[in-house]
Amino acid sequence: MYEKDFLKQLFHKIYTIRIFETECIKLYRQGLIRGYFHPYVGEEATAVGVCSALAEDDYIISTHRGHGHCIARGAQIDRMVAELLGKKTGYCSGLGGSMHIADVQAGNLGANGIVGGGIPIGVGAALGISIRKEKKVVAIFFSDGAANNGVFAESLNLAAIWNLPAIFLLENNHYAVSTPIEQSSRNQNLYERATGYGVHALAVDGNNVIEVFEQTKDARQMCIKGKGPVLIEAKTYRHGGHHVNDPGAYMPKDRLDYFKSKDPVTIAKKHLKEQGKMSESEIEKIEKEVETTMERAIDFAKESPELSFAEFNQMVMGY
Amino acid sequence: MTVKTKTKSSESDSSKRMLLYREALNEALKEEMKRDSTVFLMGEGIAERGGSYKVTVDLLKEFGPERVIDTPIAEASFVGAGVGAAITGMRPVVEILFIDFTLLTLDQVINQAAKYNFMTGGIGKVPLVLRTQGGVGNGLAAQHSQSLEAIFYHIPGLRVVMPSSPYDAKGLLKTAIRADDPVVFIEHKLLYMNEGHVPQDDYTIDFGKADIKRTGSDVTLVAWSNMVPKSLAAAEKLAQQGIDVEVVDPRTLNPLDKKTILDSVRKTEHVVIVQEAIRRGGIASDIASIIQQQAFDYLDAPIEIVAGINTPIPFNLNLEKLSVPQVNDIIEAVKRVL
Ligand SMILES: Cc1ncc(C[n+]2csc(CCOP(=O)(O)OP(=O)(O)O)c2C)c(N)n1
Ligand SMILES: [Mg+2]
Repeated sequence: MYEKDFLKQLFHKIYTIRIFETECIKLYRQGLIRGYFHPYVGEEATAVGVCSALAEDDYIISTHRGHGHCIARGAQIDRMVAELLGKKTGYCSGLGGSMHIADVQAGNLGANGIVGGGIPIGVGAALGISIRKEKKVVAIFFSDGAANNGVFAESLNLAAIWNLPAIFLLENNHYAVSTPIEQSSRNQNLYERATGYGVHALAVDGNNVIEVFEQTKDARQMCIKGKGPVLIEAKTYRHGGHHVNDPGAYMPKDRLDYFKSKDPVTIAKKHLKEQGKMSESEIEKIEKEVETTMERAIDFAKESPELSFAEFNQMVMGY
Repeated sequence: MTVKTKTKSSESDSSKRMLLYREALNEALKEEMKRDSTVFLMGEGIAERGGSYKVTVDLLKEFGPERVIDTPIAEASFVGAGVGAAITGMRPVVEILFIDFTLLTLDQVINQAAKYNFMTGGIGKVPLVLRTQGGVGNGLAAQHSQSLEAIFYHIPGLRVVMPSSPYDAKGLLKTAIRADDPVVFIEHKLLYMNEGHVPQDDYTIDFGKADIKRTGSDVTLVAWSNMVPKSLAAAEKLAQQGIDVEVVDPRTLNPLDKKTILDSVRKTEHVVIVQEAIRRGGIASDIASIIQQQAFDYLDAPIEIVAGINTPIPFNLNLEKLSVPQVNDIIEAVKRVL
């Protein structure tokens, strides 16, 4: 059984990601956010389950679909909205944007515009931990598409031969843009690839935050004991297209409906009611609070200044 | 206005058939695939989806999944597979969505494809086209906005092609497909929706032949890719101030048509080179060194280079704009040399 406060925390985070994404999509449609925007809607339980099992000084490394990882790791959403609006008060001073959002101080080493680009970097962070003999781990987020890139195989093998404290978090949302995994992998149980490298691996329901949390907690323990790495394949699904401008028409309706019926928000709410004995009105209070925080975050971002050309120039002077 | 007669009429006459840049590329692919059954396409999301910039739309329907192949995200390996298919009798056209991702393929492109003909004593041929796309867009940030042509320009054994108009795009892509050398064919994300005259017939454009996009007598602007429309816009504004600008588009950077550039410089005695890429180690510097060595006596002023600031491209739109050459930067540079 879980403490009410803990379940509340999980729901709070999941709902924050959901509201952050849906509100920012509105800002995108209004032309206030530009460039690429890859929503995490539908996958929230994976980031929250993983990050809730990590210690404060562990690391995560993220992907182009990175807003959820960032929030789950404890970022302030006002500074995140500011980054998406290209403002100076954003996590990367408005220079990075959605695809490069990072919160280095919180141990979030950053999103990535290059699919698979973060995987070896995560291994390197784990290598440092191992050399310094620290009791920390790195959670390396990536999706099914990245698992088909050479860096995945090479990185997994490096982590294996060096027994690194790395948790490979394969978020299998079944698509790389419009390419379904049936077209990119003969074996759709992607975790089985790790077994060939001698790495302990398993699959979980990526929409069930408790399941993800439990498996990550165990994986973390293994890593701390020097029995890493571990690969966890979280099976999940996007609720829409690849990015905001992709309607996702190629996603079969029955599959989408199935995963929507297992909405991470609904599942987390259910945990809260059944195990946490929370009433509907108490839950509504949490929701309201999240929505208000988001409204304030948007106001903060809109009112924030942009980095001036002089400041920018100063920064890149010696590049 | 003088502009109408100054700018090449074959490309601006609206009574002729007009196509978008992306449609011109699509037509070149279609015609070459019809003409030669060894031509096939590989890339991410190019089949059913028709590519992110819609260059390969409907080709799956016409040529089937054996010749229009969707790949997983495995750039180093599918480009390598392109090299292997090319040296054994096929003519692959491999698409890498963003030039930024070609960096994952550089062993196959630079160590393998570029050197194969040389290392086999001139016997092995690599008729591979690597189609890719670069430059800034609208807030695509540091890893999706780079201008990396200088990397490929630096490598012996590669051809580097950068079309600026729909007409050039079609003719040059057809030449690229028929060439026996590996060709890096670099499109620009802001050009895909530009319209221009494209003949229906089967024409090709020779590599190493620059095009004078606008004739003029006071100053030569050398520009390629998306800097061509910007240079033409600058030229129009300068014309209103009585300054007559010639715009030379090399179209292919390797081979480079030195003669057309030098002839223009000898005529105008003033030159500005415009590139979107950052200045350091760029192609503009190399062209400048060629001009100063071979036309030094003709120059009335030091050569000006307008280039990107030496920085990764910022996400913030205003800073993005200030990082790469704009029409006004070109106008100011022209005024500095005159
Ligand atoms: C090396 C590289 N190749 C291609 C792309 C273009 N691209 C961006 S996201 C994406 C799909 C990624 O799929 P996946 O790894 O499954 O992540 P998901 O979008 O499902 O989260 C592609 C092909 C890229 N950014 N980097
Ligand atoms: Mg995926």
